[in-house]
Amino acid sequence: MRFLEPDGSYAPTPEAEPLREIVEGADDALLRQMYRDMAVIRAFDQQATRLQRQGQLALWPPSLGQEAAQVGSARAARPQDTIFPSYREHVVAKIRGVDPVNILALMRGTTHGGWDPTDPANGNTRLYTLVLGTQTLHATGFAMGLGFDGRAGTGDVERDEAVVVYYGDGAASEGDVHEAMVFAASYNTPQLFFLQNNQWAISVPVATQSRGPLADRSAGYGIPSLRIDGNDVLASYAASRMYLDEARTGGGPRAIEAVTYRMGAHTTSDDPTKYRGRDEEESWARRDPIARMRAFLASRGADAAFFADVDAEGEALAADARQRVVSLPEPDPDSMFAHVYSEPHALMERQAAWLAEYEASFEGGAA
Amino acid sequence: MTLETMPFARAMNAGLRRAMEEDPRVLLMGEDIGKLGGVFRVTEHLQRDFGEKRVLDTPLAESGIVGTAIGLAMTGFRPVIEIQFDGFVFPAFDQITTQLAKLTNRHEGAITMPVVIRIPYGGHIGAVEHHQESPEAYFAHTAGLRVVSPSTPNDAYWMIQDAIRSNDPVIFMEPKSRYWQKGEVDTDNRPAPLHASRLVRPGTDVTLVGHGAMVSVLLQAAAIAEGEGTSCAVVDVRSLSPVDYDPIVESVRQTGRMVWAQEAPGVASIGGDIAATVTERAFYSLEAPVMRVSGYDVPFPPAKLEGTYLPDADRVLDAVDRALAY
Repeated sequence: MRFLEPDGSYAPTPEAEPLREIVEGADDALLRQMYRDMAVIRAFDQQATRLQRQGQLALWPPSLGQEAAQVGSARAARPQDTIFPSYREHVVAKIRGVDPVNILALMRGTTHGGWDPTDPANGNTRLYTLVLGTQTLHATGFAMGLGFDGRAGTGDVERDEAVVVYYGDGAASEGDVHEAMVFAASYNTPQLFFLQNNQWAISVPVATQSRGPLADRSAGYGIPSLRIDGNDVLASYAASRMYLDEARTGGGPRAIEAVTYRMGAHTTSDDPTKYRGRDEEESWARRDPIARMRAFLASRGADAAFFADVDAEGEALAADARQRVVSLPEPDPDSMFAHVYSEPHALMERQAAWLAEYEASFEGGAA
Repeated sequence: MTLETMPFARAMNAGLRRAMEEDPRVLLMGEDIGKLGGVFRVTEHLQRDFGEKRVLDTPLAESGIVGTAIGLAMTGFRPVIEIQFDGFVFPAFDQITTQLAKLTNRHEGAITMPVVIRIPYGGHIGAVEHHQESPEAYFAHTAGLRVVSPSTPNDAYWMIQDAIRSNDPVIFMEPKSRYWQKGEVDTDNRPAPLHASRLVRPGTDVTLVGHGAMVSVLLQAAAIAEGEGTSCAVVDVRSLSPVDYDPIVESVRQTGRMVWAQEAPGVASIGGDIAATVTERAFYSLEAPVMRVSGYDVPFPPAKLEGTYLPDADRVLDAVDRALAY
């Protein structure tokens, strides 16, 4: 399912026909915003990779190449929706209101979280989850709760809530993803399973994970699905918008497989030259989601000044992120004990006191 | 004071019922817990009385149950999960240890995880493989979880309510062989805080310590020892994480000897940690090493061998004799 050809020409495929209204109803401001989202996060993402190379981050999982899948779905979500990311959805978090420096903080090693999902400023974005697929069950439970509390299924798209959960082709092999679909179908949850198939689970190709399209699996659980060109931001937007509104109004869970490509490494610890060839990378580079949208917007009258402004915003974000991440304070050793439990705990108190005394015992004292 | 005599399983049921009456956000999840009332009937009639949205007969997927309970807790529910048997908790081990236990810490306190996981555990029921195990050490080893185990109907009634009220995840180990044992339940007065150890029998020569079904074995051993002229104190630890050491150490300071008993295998177990800690805190009072009586370090054996595997009063008394011989 695709609206934009790799060269940026608008040519909906037959599968896209039923969704034309959604795309053609999107105004220029939204279309340009989605381009801006993609281009700005790429500048940030590349800055983050450089920060890791310079020793300022422990690790960075680049989103290079997956911008369209992420931006389209994030812009399709409504303000009342809740997002369960995996760990590569940097632009989704940013669109929802999370300060991207907080993502860097997680990867720098000053926190395991980075932001408070219950703070409205963060747009109901839950924390990154590093154990593959576990978040799909959390999302399903959350969506069950929305159903039990009557926060979905009234038929009012402006009010009914829904959940988007992101995962990848590698995680799709995890049992939790399958159990999440069983529970989602069983409780008819207001939920979108958004799978980014970026072709590679570190070094393992998707062909090792599945002999057929991953989107086909959800049919086995009774969950309707769409397979879309994940490098077409319009396809991602339209499919997500339609499915989220169906899910929120009582239609039950939906699934999307966005076929995209991880143009960079899995993380900065990875070396893709060991397992894939340049030909493959170059063929996907010709399908770059940002170049495609840029050509489309240019054909609709976006001028050089617009693109220059977007580039400037990307550079400013990247520079600001660099400046702020390197000056993040070190965590206080005491903080290790602070939130293991939410209520007083004898062992935590004992060990925190011991550590303080131990630190203070050194010459000069840490205390 | 309202006293009522009832079996352990019915005390659990009454405690769950009261918690559900007091807080509409409490919901029960598990396999066969609705119409059937659970394989041990602990949740009997609760679905009938509270409805299918408060008592969920879930799909048969333990990771799914715990994972969705986490999401439900994020929307403000207080899920209470029944794992059907001890050996079936492991499909959920990842969700419990990497997610449930760590979420409050990952969120730096911004969210809580008030989820209770009830696990019927232990032997003495002559069942097949995976139905008689004691996996408590795995959970006590995991930061972020609280682990408790009642030994009497009165504790069952009160501790389940306190566990549900806890804003941290609680692994609630139910000694399944005690389900049918009757005891008095005082529905007006809480016997002790959730994480308190309790001296259940005073004594001056040896301190016997354990939890769950072992407590009755220890009391039986103490009664026999008394006939032989040895005075044994018995401490029910009740909470395995955190452990309330004060009543144990206080008793050991008087007796100078301690015997720990558990059904779980001994290596890297609760008993090992308690023995080390008591040794650190009461070293100058000890007249003998802390003795440990455990299951053997083998898979729980076929039912015909459970009598050999499980610590009984004789094995406890053997340890008492060895402690007294120092």
